[in-house]
Amino acid sequence: MSEVIVITSGKGGVGKTTTTANLGVGLAKRGYKVVLIDTDTGLRNLDLLLGLENRIMYDLVDVATGKVPYRKALVRHKKHDNLFLLPTSQIRDKSAVDGDQLVDICNQMRSEFDYILIDCPAGIEQGFKTAVAAADYAIVVTMPEISAVRDADKIIGELNRADKTHIKLVVNRIRSHMVEAGDMLDMSDIDDILAIECIGQVPDDEMVVTSTNRGEPVISNKKSLAGQAYSNIVGRICGEQIPFLDLKKKNLFDKLKQMLHV
Amino acid sequence: MLKAVMRLFGHEEDKPSGRVAKDRLRVVLIHDRANISPEVINHIKDDIIKVISSYMDINQHDMEISLSDDENSVALLANIPVKRIRSQVMSSRNTDR
Repeated sequence: MSEVIVITSGKGGVGKTTTTANLGVGLAKRGYKVVLIDTDTGLRNLDLLLGLENRIMYDLVDVATGKVPYRKALVRHKKHDNLFLLPTSQIRDKSAVDGDQLVDICNQMRSEFDYILIDCPAGIEQGFKTAVAAADYAIVVTMPEISAVRDADKIIGELNRADKTHIKLVVNRIRSHMVEAGDMLDMSDIDDILAIECIGQVPDDEMVVTSTNRGEPVISNKKSLAGQAYSNIVGRICGEQIPFLDLKKKNLFDKLKQMLHV
Repeated sequence: MLKAVMRLFGHEEDKPSGRVAKDRLRVVLIHDRANISPEVINHIKDDIIKVISSYMDINQHDMEISLSDDENSVALLANIPVKRIRSQVMSSRNTDR
């Protein structure tokens, strides 16, 4: 049984591509055969986050137009040999691939892969319409910021209009000290407003930046809290019940209490 | 800490910015979801002014019209500052009847 999941957000810069890369690596680590499709034609980046930018021969546009079969365009990951990337073109634009073409590509891939993750571009124009066309369900990524939540709400509306009603939420880049001080929207605020099931709460973590620098998704870094949060999302996608991480920074007093089991 | 103490003494303007964000989001999403253009809202505003003006002198500049959420339904809120009630209109109406 294969599942096609689109990772979308409306707003740019909230971490769609980072989420796609991490979930891809996480699912592959669990032994699933996974393909990641970058649909951000003209502004591709998923290859960089996976450290595969030097291995691209063909792209999504070549496959969509029938120039090459999809297998010829796939790039195998260096460390995880059951993880593949279908990169997109950096020189064409969003009009180069339409929804029907992507549906067709995904249908061909379904028999070979357990998970097909589609990295959606920002915006609600053609690129978005193409990316969501093939999806069985959608993961909406947002941040605890007024503009990101507004755009997530808009995207949820657009997904519903496209008959994609199976939608899950990931809240990225949570700054726990600001939430505690009341200076950032907290999870209950976002739940109240968007009212869709949340499968991820990811803290803002500098290790996301350093791991992006190296082209190694942070989920492989056991010391990173964001990495743990992404691992938990992977578990929830696989149907496990996992409690959310406590993102509060522990001070000396908390640590003492933990040690004394009180 | 100081902020918390200030709040204790009722400094409303110091409500945490996360709370402000939530309140602002709620209002903006009502408009977004209703899918009403500002143009339509302005038409409604003009029509309301037309109707009210034959009864009252109103301050058009300070008039505010917005959508708001009221439990599970959407309400149209109009805040219309009244300068003066046109008494002669009211009495002429009464004599018509």
